[in-house]
Amino acid sequence: MRKLRALFLVTVLVLCCMAVACGKGDDDGLIKVGVVNNPPSESGYREANVKDMENVFSEANGYKLQTFYSKSNDEQLQAAQGFITDGVDYLLISAAETTGWDDVLKKAKEAGVKVYLFDRMINVDESLYEAAVVSDMAAEGDTAVNWLLAQNLPEYKVIHIQGAMGSDAQIGRTGALDAQFASNKMTKVVQQTAAWDEAEAKKIVESVINSGEDFNVIYAENDGMAKGAVAALDEAGITHGVDGKVVIIGFDCNRWALRELLAGKWNYDGQCSPFQAQIISDLIKSGKAPATKKIINEEKGFDAKTLTQADIDTYGLGD
Amino acid sequence: MKKTTKKFSFNGFGQLTIPLIAIALLVVFNLIRDPGFFSIGISHNSNGNAVLSGNLISIINGASELAILAMGMTLVTAACGGQDISVGAAAAIAGSVFVKVLKASSSISGVTVILAFLCACVVAMIFGSFNGTLVAVFRIQPMIATLILYTCGRSIAYWINGGATPTVTSSIVNAIGSFIPGIPVPTPVIIVVVMGILFWLLFHFTSLRLFTQSVGINGSAARLNGIDARFIKLLSFIILGVCVAVSGCIGVSRLGLINHETLLLDVEMDTILAVAIGGNNLGGGKFKLSGSVIGAYVIQMLTITLYAMKVSSTDVKAYKAIVIILLVVIGSPVIKEKFSRFLARLSDKRRKVSVKGAEE
Amino acid sequence: MQEEYLLTMRRIDKRFPGVLALNGVDFTLRDGEIHALMGENGAGKSTLIKVLTGVYQMDGGEIRLEGKPMVIHSPQDAQKKGISTVYQEITLCPNLTVAENIFIGRGKGVWVRQKSLEKRADEILSKLGIPARSTQLLGSCSLAVQQMVAIARAVDMNCKVLILDEPTSSLDDKEVNRLFDLMRDLKSRGVGIIFVTHFLDQVYAVSDRITVLRNGELVGEYLTEELPQIQLVSKMIGKELEELSSLSETEEKKTEEKEILYEAEGLSSTEALPFDFAIRRGEVNGFTGLLGSGRSESVRAIFGADKVTGGTVRINGKPVKISKPVDAMKHGIGYLAEDRKRDGIIAELSVRENIILALQVMNGMFKPISRSESEAFADEYIKVLNIKTASRETPVGSLSGGNQQKVILARWLLTHPDYLILDEPTRGIDVGTKLEIQKLVLKLAEEGVSVTFISSEVEEMLRTCSRLIVMRDRHVVGELTGQDLNQTQVMKTIAGGEA
Repeated sequence: MRKLRALFLVTVLVLCCMAVACGKGDDDGLIKVGVVNNPPSESGYREANVKDMENVFSEANGYKLQTFYSKSNDEQLQAAQGFITDGVDYLLISAAETTGWDDVLKKAKEAGVKVYLFDRMINVDESLYEAAVVSDMAAEGDTAVNWLLAQNLPEYKVIHIQGAMGSDAQIGRTGALDAQFASNKMTKVVQQTAAWDEAEAKKIVESVINSGEDFNVIYAENDGMAKGAVAALDEAGITHGVDGKVVIIGFDCNRWALRELLAGKWNYDGQCSPFQAQIISDLIKSGKAPATKKIINEEKGFDAKTLTQADIDTYGLGD
Repeated sequence: MKKTTKKFSFNGFGQLTIPLIAIALLVVFNLIRDPGFFSIGISHNSNGNAVLSGNLISIINGASELAILAMGMTLVTAACGGQDISVGAAAAIAGSVFVKVLKASSSISGVTVILAFLCACVVAMIFGSFNGTLVAVFRIQPMIATLILYTCGRSIAYWINGGATPTVTSSIVNAIGSFIPGIPVPTPVIIVVVMGILFWLLFHFTSLRLFTQSVGINGSAARLNGIDARFIKLLSFIILGVCVAVSGCIGVSRLGLINHETLLLDVEMDTILAVAIGGNNLGGGKFKLSGSVIGAYVIQMLTITLYAMKVSSTDVKAYKAIVIILLVVIGSPVIKEKFSRFLARLSDKRRKVSVKGAEE
Repeated sequence: MQEEYLLTMRRIDKRFPGVLALNGVDFTLRDGEIHALMGENGAGKSTLIKVLTGVYQMDGGEIRLEGKPMVIHSPQDAQKKGISTVYQEITLCPNLTVAENIFIGRGKGVWVRQKSLEKRADEILSKLGIPARSTQLLGSCSLAVQQMVAIARAVDMNCKVLILDEPTSSLDDKEVNRLFDLMRDLKSRGVGIIFVTHFLDQVYAVSDRITVLRNGELVGEYLTEELPQIQLVSKMIGKELEELSSLSETEEKKTEEKEILYEAEGLSSTEALPFDFAIRRGEVNGFTGLLGSGRSESVRAIFGADKVTGGTVRINGKPVKISKPVDAMKHGIGYLAEDRKRDGIIAELSVRENIILALQVMNGMFKPISRSESEAFADEYIKVLNIKTASRETPVGSLSGGNQQKVILARWLLTHPDYLILDEPTRGIDVGTKLEIQKLVLKLAEEGVSVTFISSEVEEMLRTCSRLIVMRDRHVVGELTGQDLNQTQVMKTIAGGEA
């Protein structure tokens, strides 16, 4: 009986894999696009990103889309190779790692496949791709910090919760705040990484509360960590948000986070736009080479006081 | 030369000596560093309830998931002589199921929460028996067998909800994760106590402890005494499944959100460490749940201490590693033997001195 | 007494915390002598050997080799000074050749000529009459030959004193004889041999002198031919053995009229060929045969210890299905396994937990035996079986072999079995306990319990069993009862009737 059960589970798993692998058809006059991306399970951001790609590069819009999702650079490289062999017209890549792509991109060039990078840059010669549509994380940080300065608080005592050290988002979003700490306009109460982990963020804030140190700003480098931080405040009965003692700043614009904003529990959420597909599609359809190699995806920051339900519907990620 | 050689059992505590010494050292260290470190205060949370607060509460509260997992892991370790490294991933699955069921109902009542928890339990037990089957029936090394779920568990958790970080807003869920109105003790701490009592009842009203230890120490002899070793091993994984579900649900309730990538991330290693610090033999056999629970609190106290010292959390892991290496080495049989020999020599000397004294 | 001694140990003391393991023990060994060192488990034999080989440092006394006082720092040191030990478990490398095993670890340099080594090894082997080739892998030789190779290695290292610690326990009779030939050969070359064994017959077959230890003290040194076996035993266990003789006199075993308790027809398992077997209430019978004859496999099939593949079983006339141990237990069968360490004790658990284990299994998981109840059970059986343990909570692994065996016996007695299978219950335990166990078997039979008894010592089986099933090459070849129950008849049947 137990053996049977195990066998059954394995079979189901295999079938699932096959179901995912299937789904090819013939094309007629459609533009063939191959997308190599990270898996949607990575984050809410990636999920929206993947959905956006699938929506924009649909058959209705005149595209034939092939996708491959993996966290592993090697698998991504193989998949890109496969797309080139398949004879796609365009190859869209959000690479897991910044290195190792030279050979594949050269082969793409030889085969006449045009390459667009999105979301993440790759360490290769600019001539190997048409353009890169990316977010400017540093700009996201600057926007947020500028907003914070505009609040004209009498003092800035900041708990800074960082993302996984070394990631683009962490480096960009930390930079702007570090500059403020350096110029003494803001005071660093604590600066710790929670590596995108909500529970860890909560522990960090909890330890500050227990130490009795005063603070009035929590700058968390993503929504989840902001939520963790807020949970710690709630347990200690410290007010936060629009009329509260502590200013809460998050990033990524998850829909649930924007709702917190709308409810006045948080103060600011910085966007990290996953919507690059339309920009790329416009470039493809225009038939012209893009003016610059690096195209910055424009991003907003939302203030709790000015946020509307419409903004949530348009810019919110997830559900 | 009968083997009545007097054994010096480490100050009489035996197995619990190392974790207790570790706790004592951490307490003393913290008191020297900051005499008010362990002071407990009463504050009012955002719902206006009077609740206990302070570092000690943070430690005990924060270690809840770890403590519960450590209990289950101890049982698996004892029966199978190996560890389940998929507990974090399985907890993400259980948590996702919990959220899925909660989100499926229009309004969240006590009944829905219980239903959601039961669903999470069932799913976690199914995954537990999957692991258990691989280990007990197919005799795969536990670490290898659970590597499968460790690798794919968080993806499965993602499939359950689709969205990367679905949230749940409910006062009941919030109460499970933080405080029940009118009770100043954090709910997760209460759940740990309840789990402890459940385990105590389990060991008191069944002979599971004896059977598990027998299977772990000498599987062949246990079989010849009529114990179904496969069943015992499978059962240990299913019980661990319940622990996984409970801690997964606590983790979700704390924040009202499930992030399948970060929920109880890396908890498996901490859990195994808690079992080891608790003086349990990772090769199976005799075990003490209390040791593992204390081990969990040691790990958490260490983490909180390092945070309080504002050690950068990237460095925290390194410091933790150093302390844990020390603990494990001190607890190793080699050092224990050396130490008891040292004690024996001391008492020998004392005896000689007293004999001399008597002669004079 | 101006005899020239090869080895003299005078007034050796060795203390362990709380225990005086050796108390002023003397021991002497002459050139070209085989000297048996005897004593019960815990008498101090192995401590004495370990002091001599440098494993332990003595606390007092003096060791002289060829008249010169010496201090032995370590086993390596002992070897260098000419004292070599061959243990019961082979400590050589089975995946190296015989030649490599003889020379390993004592070459002067890394570059040794393989051919010359092999030539020398062959010389040594043929000189000692060991039936092995130097190029053979050690693992492909029989256990006896492996043991001989270990001895050859010791001899080639110019050993003056050779210690053989239970060398014969895993050998069959033929192999034992071959080993004895080698020992006699070495003796003629002037090597002094210290022979430690449990087998009394072997002591008389090969040794010249016997030293007996008891409780860490010297009882005496005797010429083998002047010390009758029965006296040796009495010196070892320290009391006169009326019981031994009285045991063999309770010959009246009248179970023929009792009804059959257990009956198997064509029973077979993955390890045992089909066989028929039956036992009556209160009967004691036994399986005998050489090692590997299938005697253990047969009783394992009865208990369901191996996967049962066929046959019908009736208990009290009713057909039953026994496919795993717990089935057998539920039908009142208990089984004490051959390998105590591997299949018997749960070493780290306490005496108490070990005793209640089988009963607890039969009660089921949801009816745990309460602490006080289990303590009462443990205390009762510790007393009844005279188990020597510091307390009922002592881990059973720290007990001596004989007491561990008693704990397992207690475990099965506690289940009040109708039928008890004892596979080698007396192997490797001291004479006193052996006797107690034999008496216990007879007492159980009197109370109506059926017992199947297996022992490598035929003597023992003849004393206790009323029927012997003889096996050879995994087949039952005979059944002996009444007049036929004597050593010669058993040997004849084992050997094939005509011998």
